[in-house]
Amino acid sequence: MDENDIIEIDLIIQAIHLKYGYDFRGYSKASIRRRITNMLTKAGFDTYASMLHALLIDETLFNSLLKEITVNVTNMFRDPEVYRAIRQTVLPALKGRSPLKVWNAGCSTGEEAYSIAILLSEAQLFPVYQIYATDIDEQVLKEAKDGIYDLKKIKDFTSNYQLSGGLESFSDYFTAKYDHARISQQFREQVVFFNHNLVTDSTFNEIDLILCRNVLIYFGSELQNRVFKLFWESLSPGGILCLGSKETIMFSDFADRFEALDPTNKLYRKK
Amino acid sequence: MGYQAVVIGASTGSFQALKIILPYLSSDFSLPVIIVVHRHRHSNTNFEHQLSQFSSIQVLQAEPQLPISGPSIFVAPPNYHLLIEEGRTFSLSLEKPVHFARPSIDITFETAAQVYGSGLIGVILTGANEDGSYGLTEIKKKGGVTIVQSPESAAVSEMPTAAINRSAPHKVLAVEEIGPFLNTLDS
Repeated sequence: MDENDIIEIDLIIQAIHLKYGYDFRGYSKASIRRRITNMLTKAGFDTYASMLHALLIDETLFNSLLKEITVNVTNMFRDPEVYRAIRQTVLPALKGRSPLKVWNAGCSTGEEAYSIAILLSEAQLFPVYQIYATDIDEQVLKEAKDGIYDLKKIKDFTSNYQLSGGLESFSDYFTAKYDHARISQQFREQVVFFNHNLVTDSTFNEIDLILCRNVLIYFGSELQNRVFKLFWESLSPGGILCLGSKETIMFSDFADRFEALDPTNKLYRKK
Repeated sequence: MGYQAVVIGASTGSFQALKIILPYLSSDFSLPVIIVVHRHRHSNTNFEHQLSQFSSIQVLQAEPQLPISGPSIFVAPPNYHLLIEEGRTFSLSLEKPVHFARPSIDITFETAAQVYGSGLIGVILTGANEDGSYGLTEIKKKGGVTIVQSPESAAVSEMPTAAINRSAPHKVLAVEEIGPFLNTLDS
């Protein structure tokens, strides 16, 4: 990447914002620039300038490349010890909320949202609950709604589930067909997937538990503050925020508006 | 303006090499040292703590938003790529592994070269992988100093050999010469 490449990459980020409304300008620069470079390689353009032009005139191309910019790495019961803490500490602390409302922000292909659905079903602490799961990418939202996963991944999911303290027969939660497994209808009905952009959209409901894991690592500090404000406004009194294992609220403007419930597992409670 | 940061990339055999290099750096070595080593993704051993046993400089795990300043040694956390941002802070990414590695030495080196330009010192040590040779080339291209551990002094020679072949580094040094040489660059 030389100086001119950087100028052209930044122009692409501007153009995507102006044309399609996706605002990546507040993302961590080194990181987003690298992913635009990945996009160039993937799409096979020789120059950033030619890709810029193609992106402007071809929305289908843009939609197909959006996945390269948003990192979609996820897993069921990712970081099992966090799910163990949610099972043992968070859900009992929220007992009595009815309906309990959970928001998985940046849900990608739905694995973590379904993990929460499984936890809530097993906990039997809440007679009524609603899980909202949001992302900016329509393509991953569609995959999330389908809830169909490669059979090869199920082994990993199962081991995470067991490490998180799950005691049921995990395979009962899926219907396997050929080389895929689909999460049962019961859980698919409990999660509402929709498009929501943390950078530009506002609060949509009062929430008791927000899971936003490995999204903020891609955001610059100003943008992180915006998102923490959004979460603070969305959380009910005493509501809980769960971040990714390398994310913290402690360096943000909102540090004193949350208390650390379990800092190792990145669980924070709204004061 | 003198040098502003050191990046070190290593894989198999890294601990033994760092155990020789780091004690040479005195507690007033002013440049921040950023170390990227390939570790197992579920690695729970406290690598930072182990390094701090033989270093007189504090050893920290690199965290997002953490300002990069010396004297400090920063170590990339396992399972994330470590990037250097314009404001001289760290950011992390879960993008797919590069050369089967996350953290990838290439990514840290390339983004560091972007930020520090000719103020950067890049070091490639022992390893069984070609990760880092692209990143070292980027450092050299931006005017930084490039150092590779001599393959004969490396526990595993693939990584230094790949880096030497690809980037023609300024210095190829035996492992015990690297620490003293870094001291001469810290003015």
